[in-house]
Amino acid sequence: MTDAALAFHRRIDAALADVRLRQALALTTGRLAGGRTAAFAGLADSEACRDDARRARARAIARLDSSLDQFATAASARGCTIHWAETAADARQIISGIARERGIRLAVKSKSMATEEVELNEALEHAGVRVVETDLGEFVVQLGGDRPSHIITPIIHRSRQDVAALFREKLGATAEDVADIPAMTALARRVLRAEFLQAGMGISGVNLAVAETGSICIVTNEGNGRLTTTLPRVHVALLGLERLVPTAADLAAVLTVLARSATGQASSVYTNVITGPRRRSGGPGGPQAGDPDGPDELHIVILDNGRSRLLGTALSEILYCVRCGACLNACPVYRLVGGHAYGGVYPGPVGSVVMPGLHGVEAWAELAHASSLCGACRDVCPVKIDLPHLLLAVRREAAAKRLAPVWIRAAMPVYAAVATRPRLYRWAGRAAARLARVLQHDGWIRRLPGPLAAWTASRDFPAPAARSFVEEHQARKAAER
Amino acid sequence: MTPRPARIQLFATCLVDQFVPAAGHAAAEVLERCGVEVHVPPDQTCCGQPAFNAGFADDAAAMARATIDALSRSDDPVVVPSGSCADMIVNHYPELLAGDATYGPKAKALAARTYEFSQFLVDVLGVDLPAAPAGPTLAYHASCHGLRGLGLREQPRRLLRAVAGARCTDLPDAETCCGFGGLFAVKMGPLSGAMLDAKLDAIERSGADLVVATDVSCLMHIGGGLHRRASRVRTRHIAEVLAGPDHD
Repeated sequence: MTDAALAFHRRIDAALADVRLRQALALTTGRLAGGRTAAFAGLADSEACRDDARRARARAIARLDSSLDQFATAASARGCTIHWAETAADARQIISGIARERGIRLAVKSKSMATEEVELNEALEHAGVRVVETDLGEFVVQLGGDRPSHIITPIIHRSRQDVAALFREKLGATAEDVADIPAMTALARRVLRAEFLQAGMGISGVNLAVAETGSICIVTNEGNGRLTTTLPRVHVALLGLERLVPTAADLAAVLTVLARSATGQASSVYTNVITGPRRRSGGPGGPQAGDPDGPDELHIVILDNGRSRLLGTALSEILYCVRCGACLNACPVYRLVGGHAYGGVYPGPVGSVVMPGLHGVEAWAELAHASSLCGACRDVCPVKIDLPHLLLAVRREAAAKRLAPVWIRAAMPVYAAVATRPRLYRWAGRAAARLARVLQHDGWIRRLPGPLAAWTASRDFPAPAARSFVEEHQARKAAER
Repeated sequence: MTPRPARIQLFATCLVDQFVPAAGHAAAEVLERCGVEVHVPPDQTCCGQPAFNAGFADDAAAMARATIDALSRSDDPVVVPSGSCADMIVNHYPELLAGDATYGPKAKALAARTYEFSQFLVDVLGVDLPAAPAGPTLAYHASCHGLRGLGLREQPRRLLRAVAGARCTDLPDAETCCGFGGLFAVKMGPLSGAMLDAKLDAIERSGADLVVATDVSCLMHIGGGLHRRASRVRTRHIAEVLAGPDHD
């Protein structure tokens, strides 16, 4: 096993041993998954809605080059500045550069996994820009020097009591300030409001971008996204290059399933569709009047970072993903270990495809093995991504690169040779049954040797039958004749 | 509706063949009672799913070809007492062998006439089984690949309700994986064990005496866990329940 795989197994063991983590995960994933089920039950034809959303995404991805050109042209025409970032380092450099050129010292951020992916905060801090996370969950993550453990609910691993203790330590909160969740939220709001008014730059991600209109859509529940994108003079949006839909109608199709999948809401509290920066003229008040508010500059940084390499590969379907997190909440593995165990920015079933997809199977293929291929993720995906199929594609690539454990690589050809030779298979079955007679007690084996010991560590193994079904059946038929 | 076949081929699967022959005999007995002649092709081995799921596509394809050969000596429908192995044949063989000029079409033909056992009884034979008046309380465990790959939701439950009626109870989180996943149970032992623990807790809470499933793979896993816990709950393949207490 590679070092990366060993480290992954160690993180899984640690998570499984963490009783409080498991309670917190069970509670929140259960609530989110239940909310999703109820929200979809409220749709007249939820299957058709998922099909529509999938088609909208598939059309944009099928001609991603021209979709991107169309988007960039339309957004530029509305006054946006488009930047292309091939790598994470490029994205960091571009955004740091925008801040430096304008002498910006404080940036507020709304929630964005893409900025986590490129490790933007560290780069900006290094460039002398203080960054403040304004999504409540991300605010807590930042205060605690932590990492998000879920795409949608970044502090799924934290209890209310954890957050109260953190607020008292880092913000000097009083007992009254942390008495309950509304009080804690009010405290965060007071702290953040001052930052919003000071910030020279607002940084956001993009949930979806509309190729036809050059618009970016940002959905939030706290209103922080709206402040981030309107109050500071400069708005920088980091857009993963695959997050496109062809038209505004397609945007509506995806929004129909997005919030339902993520949080069980029919729609998120705030759905912002932003088309260009503040206009100086030609606004809603007439040709001489501009927009009453909004940023003077809107920079859209389009991030590749490995995404375009997936086009035309066995993993290309993962580019349909809209990062709703439903597959995390449905996954029996994620529900047990949480996001940190996966070790990357994107956890759960989607992360187990995205991480090896973007960053190579060598360091990340083991994630795709942390699945029983039960298919619960596929059932809840709003754009019907066949996640088990993609996990298998990752496993295939890893096997082709000889990344599987030695014992599996040694056993597989032997097993295939036996199973393709019926007489050898019958003989091997009889031999195994004889061997098992030594190991078994009352029909069960309590301890298996070698790698199979991992089975008997938590359950008994049934002893094989003395005589196989096929042989016994043949014998019975012969006796009847 | 598929015309009622006079004869079927029983693909027992390697786990039934090697570990739970009683489930194979029970499946044959139930089918014969329904007036269908049962043929057990002698060359059958393993469908290749463990290799397929581990990412060893070439080894899996070799086993798929051998299984196709074993089951293509006649055009009779193939009945599989496993949702997972039936899913492998129905959904994954055609894809796995899509580039194979000889076996690709054979894979498609086999997929079109392959059924999971309870699916065959309900959807093809439309059987009506006599109710068994007394017996243990049953809880049905939905195996993932049958449930999500073949859409087995109502068929097994309908059969169990017919024979056991009020003695059927529901498992909490009935559609959550038991953590077996083939090699997953070994490769990711602690994770698989933790998933199993949650499943065993749900089973013990349900008050059932017997856990019934369409797949012996899940049942070996759940049964091994129950045995380790010294639980009074037992496991049984659905064919054994339908065959009744007298079958051997």
